[in-house]
Amino acid sequence: MSVLVFIESAEGEIKKSSLEAVSYGAAVAANEGTSATAIAFGSIDEAKLKEVGKAGATKVLHVNDDRLDKGVIQAYANALTQAVEKEGAKVLVLAKSSLGDPVAARVAVKTNAALASNVAELPDTSSGFKVKRSIYTGKAFAMVELKADVKIIAIKKNAVEVKEDGGDATVETFSPELSDADFGVQITGEERQTGEILLPEADLVVSGGRGLKGPENWGMIEDLARALGAATGCSKPVSDMDWRPHHEHVGQTGVKVSPTLYVAVGISGAIQHLAGVNSSKYIVVINKDPEAPFFKAADYGIVGDAFEVVPKLTEAIKARK
Amino acid sequence: MKILVCITHVPDTTSKISFTDNNTKFDSTGVQYIIGPYDDYALARAVEIKEQTGGSVTVLNVGEAETEPTIRKALAIGADEAVRINAEPTDAFFVAKQIASHAKEGGYDMILMGRESIDFNGGQVHGMVGELLGLPALSPVMKLDIEGDTAKMAREIEGGKEFIEVKMPFVAGCQEPIAEWKIPNMRGIMSARTKPLNVVDPVDSEKPTVLENYEMPPAKGDVKMIDADNVEELVDLLKNEAKVI
Ligand SMILES: Cc1cc2nc3c(=O)[nH]c(=O)nc-3n(C[C@H](O)[C@H](O)[C@H](O)COP(=O)(O)OP(=O)(O)OC[C@H]3O[C@@H](n4cnc5c(N)ncnc54)[C@H](O)[C@@H]3O)c2cc1C
Repeated sequence: MSVLVFIESAEGEIKKSSLEAVSYGAAVAANEGTSATAIAFGSIDEAKLKEVGKAGATKVLHVNDDRLDKGVIQAYANALTQAVEKEGAKVLVLAKSSLGDPVAARVAVKTNAALASNVAELPDTSSGFKVKRSIYTGKAFAMVELKADVKIIAIKKNAVEVKEDGGDATVETFSPELSDADFGVQITGEERQTGEILLPEADLVVSGGRGLKGPENWGMIEDLARALGAATGCSKPVSDMDWRPHHEHVGQTGVKVSPTLYVAVGISGAIQHLAGVNSSKYIVVINKDPEAPFFKAADYGIVGDAFEVVPKLTEAIKARK
Repeated sequence: MKILVCITHVPDTTSKISFTDNNTKFDSTGVQYIIGPYDDYALARAVEIKEQTGGSVTVLNVGEAETEPTIRKALAIGADEAVRINAEPTDAFFVAKQIASHAKEGGYDMILMGRESIDFNGGQVHGMVGELLGLPALSPVMKLDIEGDTAKMAREIEGGKEFIEVKMPFVAGCQEPIAEWKIPNMRGIMSARTKPLNVVDPVDSEKPTVLENYEMPPAKGDVKMIDADNVEELVDLLKNEAKVI
């Protein structure tokens, strides 16, 4: 028996959330007296795969098939199921993501597994196998017991730290049987933000709201984000008005983030926005209205005009870095 | 076009969440229930597609009798008929099994639902239904157009979107901006009263996950206010107290 971890990559780079899953899987494996094996798909350099060992995997199965460079859900699910069987894995760990969700659901059905999604902590195995899930969009948790032989855990982003104390992993080629039916969905194109920090995985986030008045003022949000090394986000009306792309919209109906620092500029802090940020470790709020509800959720607050405060803050951060 | 839309019955987005019975039960006192916001997008798009191509929209909910007002609202928005599978939806696989069992005989061209419910946030049901029926399941779908027997979609991925073509039938977990939410009008509300709402018994299914109890996150400490003329102090606190920069 081993613990298997599904690794996602984009353009040959392994995602941070997947390295979190590897570290989580390694901790579960250590607890069960076994080891963690990772599985990666598509064209990735062997050196990058070996490095997954640092996060805690002793072995990486590589499905080196360039048809899998893109996230073909059914093919991934089929290959992953075969890997679960080959490794005799009793636990499969992955990151909750736009690919992880649909893949995990299919594998759960194929392997008769119990699946818990949005998991925030390591399992409690003192009696049964229980995990803590984040529910009600971050407003509460549920302890859930996984009753099936195979357990699948989709972890919430940034809930686990990536460990870097392991050695190199051994890399093995794995060639699952895939049929044409696994490729029935045609991925015809992609639009991807490049060269910047991905919002859902970011450790630091600077978000702007309607208080910024218009897209022409986003330069100061980007400057602050750059000074911090942060990703940028926004509130829903901002993306609804096309000031910013939809994938930057944070909240109940948008991206849920869980960074160590969330800076909200000119955002009122409506409950639907808070729902997407309430698992941030620290929240800074800059708003000219002292009554803005966001201050109630904040750790640090400044009452002031964003157009004055933000440039000053950016300069102060640059000077102190 | 024959479309099945699966909806959840969930606390309104502004609800305060609390639990009773030693943290084993959700406290629904004073809570208003709504169609899951993501499901609302799925329903709105289904009604638009029906208006363009003809056909019918069936809404389905796995839930006990208290969900009927929510189902009636979906009928008022434009669904033609409804099915309620009379069971408490406590496990994603159990729910998926109920939906798949209904859909197997239904000859639906597509099965739409929200990307996830806003109570349990699992995001699993669409994928499980797809697998149980041997159909492709795509999520989160933010654009859906039908051309002949093919669906053209955009699926949100981390930091961007992916464009997809798939033959019908398929399953999709939807999100904005796939359609504008529809608000029921008086005619819709009147006609919803007489549209068929069939209650059926659940099929047998295991529940691989079992809820033990709930927990609330630790309460937030007080906010520290910093003078707008003293941003240096904020940088200090972020560096030395929070240690985040
Ligand atoms: C079902 C549902 C789901 C929703 N989902 C989401 C979601 O996922 N994400 C989301 O964000 N919203 C969501 N909303 C919308 C949400 O309710 C709010 O309308 C939205 O978050 C408000 O955005 P805002 O704070 O940017 O704008 P506003 O409410 O207009 O607030 C602007 C703020 O900027 C401040 N301000 C103005 N000028 C300045 C200045 N010069 N300097 C500093 N501060 C200034 C104001 O004091 C105010 O607090 C949802 C709503 C519903 C009904």
